[in-house]
Amino acid sequence: MDLIRFPEMSRGELRALRQTVDGAFREFTRIWGDPLENLFAPLARLLTFLENLLIDSPWILVLAVLAAGIWLASRSWKIALGSVLALLVVGYLGMWEDTMRTIAMVAVCTLVAVVLGIPVGILMAQSNRMNAVVTPVLDMMQTMPSFVYLIPVVMIFGLGKVPGVIAVVIYAIPPVIRLTNLGIRHVAPDVLEAAEAFGSSKWQKLRDVQLPLALPTIMAGVNQTIMMSLAMVVVASMIGVRGLGQPVLQAINNQYFTMGVMNGLAIVAIAIIMDRTTQAYGRRLQKHAEAGK
Amino acid sequence: MSAPQEQGQAHGIEIRNLYKIFGPDAARHLPAVKAGLGKEELHDRHDHVLGLCDISLSVPPGRITVVMGLSGSGKSTLIRHVNGLIAPTAGQVICGGQDVAAMSDVRLRAFRREKTAMVFQKFALLPHRTVLENARYGLDIRGLPAAEADGRARRWIERVGLKGYEGYYPRQLSGGMQQRVGLARALTNDAEILLMDEAFSALDPLIRVDMQSILLELQKELRKTIVFITHDLDEALRLGDKIAILRDGAMEQVGTGQEIVLRPANAYVADFVREVNRGRIIEAQTIATPAAPGAALPGFTVKARSKLDRVAQRMVEAGAGAAQVRDPQGQLLGVIDLPAILNAMVNSADAESEE
Ligand SMILES: Nc1ncnc2c1ncn2[C@@H]1O[C@H](COP(=O)(O)OP(=O)(O)OP(=O)(O)O)[C@@H](O)[C@H]1O
Ligand SMILES: [Mg+2]
Repeated sequence: MDLIRFPEMSRGELRALRQTVDGAFREFTRIWGDPLENLFAPLARLLTFLENLLIDSPWILVLAVLAAGIWLASRSWKIALGSVLALLVVGYLGMWEDTMRTIAMVAVCTLVAVVLGIPVGILMAQSNRMNAVVTPVLDMMQTMPSFVYLIPVVMIFGLGKVPGVIAVVIYAIPPVIRLTNLGIRHVAPDVLEAAEAFGSSKWQKLRDVQLPLALPTIMAGVNQTIMMSLAMVVVASMIGVRGLGQPVLQAINNQYFTMGVMNGLAIVAIAIIMDRTTQAYGRRLQKHAEAGK
Repeated sequence: MSAPQEQGQAHGIEIRNLYKIFGPDAARHLPAVKAGLGKEELHDRHDHVLGLCDISLSVPPGRITVVMGLSGSGKSTLIRHVNGLIAPTAGQVICGGQDVAAMSDVRLRAFRREKTAMVFQKFALLPHRTVLENARYGLDIRGLPAAEADGRARRWIERVGLKGYEGYYPRQLSGGMQQRVGLARALTNDAEILLMDEAFSALDPLIRVDMQSILLELQKELRKTIVFITHDLDEALRLGDKIAILRDGAMEQVGTGQEIVLRPANAYVADFVREVNRGRIIEAQTIATPAAPGAALPGFTVKARSKLDRVAQRMVEAGAGAAQVRDPQGQLLGVIDLPAILNAMVNSADAESEE
């Protein structure tokens, strides 16, 4: 027996295997493509609406609303002012529209990730079996090269916004789920016992004790999710998501150094704005933890 | 065997033949434990922990019952059976004619909400709620209107001496103040059973005595059924109308403080009470002897329930060598003299070992 060559399947068998799976998936796409597309249509509409709102409104109004939102979340003039300056520079350098598209994209992806991720995290915290099932899935979502799951997503949805959102959410949702789970599991057992001793139902325990005490941790997860969705904008642009990723892609293909750097820095600027804002918000949620009057 | 309960009267708690074995296969080991398998053998041979072993205890209504024992003796385990936080392996916890261990989830929740409140060793306050919000926590869970809950919580916050701190967060308060919040939270719940698991153990000695005084003061008017856990004999003697001593999950002795100090049931309890200041525990009536018929009574009078150290002090001050003991109705119970007092105040075991 040959010990050097690995005993692999024959070429023919391997091809047959691939063809069977591909065929089955193509069949699945043919049957389920349209229903799935309809299912996700509201998501596409939401994203388009938000994009248009940000792009078609007077820029000064958009800037003012963004600044107000940032201030409300962070209660920090420094962060609000810094954000306004950064956005002004980005706009002046001709990237206003793309920036707005990217902000809309990240906002929708984060929303979807939070709406799906927090309940999954809660379920994982309540049940060890759920935890054992979901954890490897999350590991896979985080380590699988994103191009691999882009293939089936594009086969089903074609190029466009929805596959972009799905790809970004798959990549960016694990931190919300993980940190929701972690935050709830780390709630001090004596406080939980007190809740129980006073007759809390499961739901009351979750609402009054577990979620509020886990909130800072959950916010850290949301923050990471935002950062990871921003990191995906270039990849998403490969399947037709418009925004700051597309010029970067173009710059790579044509070796436009300045164009690449400028758009890259715009992405960094949005990342820093969102990071500082959500972190400041997270700290504000913990005001009870800060001692002193 | 459930006697009909009168409305509005505090319930006592009857604990009957309670066993708790911790481990995945508790029920299987129960017969062996009932047949006398000890805590250590159970642990070494079967890897299960014997938490409680054949505990029967009657907790009288409107009184403070103290459960005492060293660390790991099963005190927390026992008190958690009263509100069903732990389910027994065998036995019953009867309260108001119902077995807590047999209640459905819904009933148990209602029982915890309406009949019990608990104070914890590590306070277990909700760190994200203010003092006021912590105090009204029990009422929030019951779904009381916010205004009423606030009003009731404020009253109790004032009673435990925290007026003005309503808006503070627990982390801004000292340990003693935090436990006052814990007490206010329990009292605001307005339940007839109060469970206190080493409630004062984490406090330093002076604060601790303060808290004991607050509790005794409140209890005079509230008359709740209190189960109080401690590993401190002085605390037990000061608070307990009835004291139960646990050791390795088994009940060693149950009685009043005096009974336990004067007549320890075994060497373990005797060791426990050795260091105690007997003069502060024993009452005059306990050692009074009947006056000899016809003999003249001493001129000095002391109250039946006065403690011996006070009696001795007053007699020495008055220069009296003997005294009559009379109950609050003025009934003569007997006479005592200084040698008898001194004799009772000296621990007999200690006196022997000195010789
Ligand atoms: N959930 C559990 N699983 C296994 N063993 C337990 C569990 N809870 C308690 N025990 C064991 O039961 C025994 C009694 O514990 P318990 O906490 O009731 O003691 P305690 O008297 O309250 O002690 P302490 O003064 O330290 O609070 C101990 O041996 C402990 O290890
Ligand atoms: Mg304990």
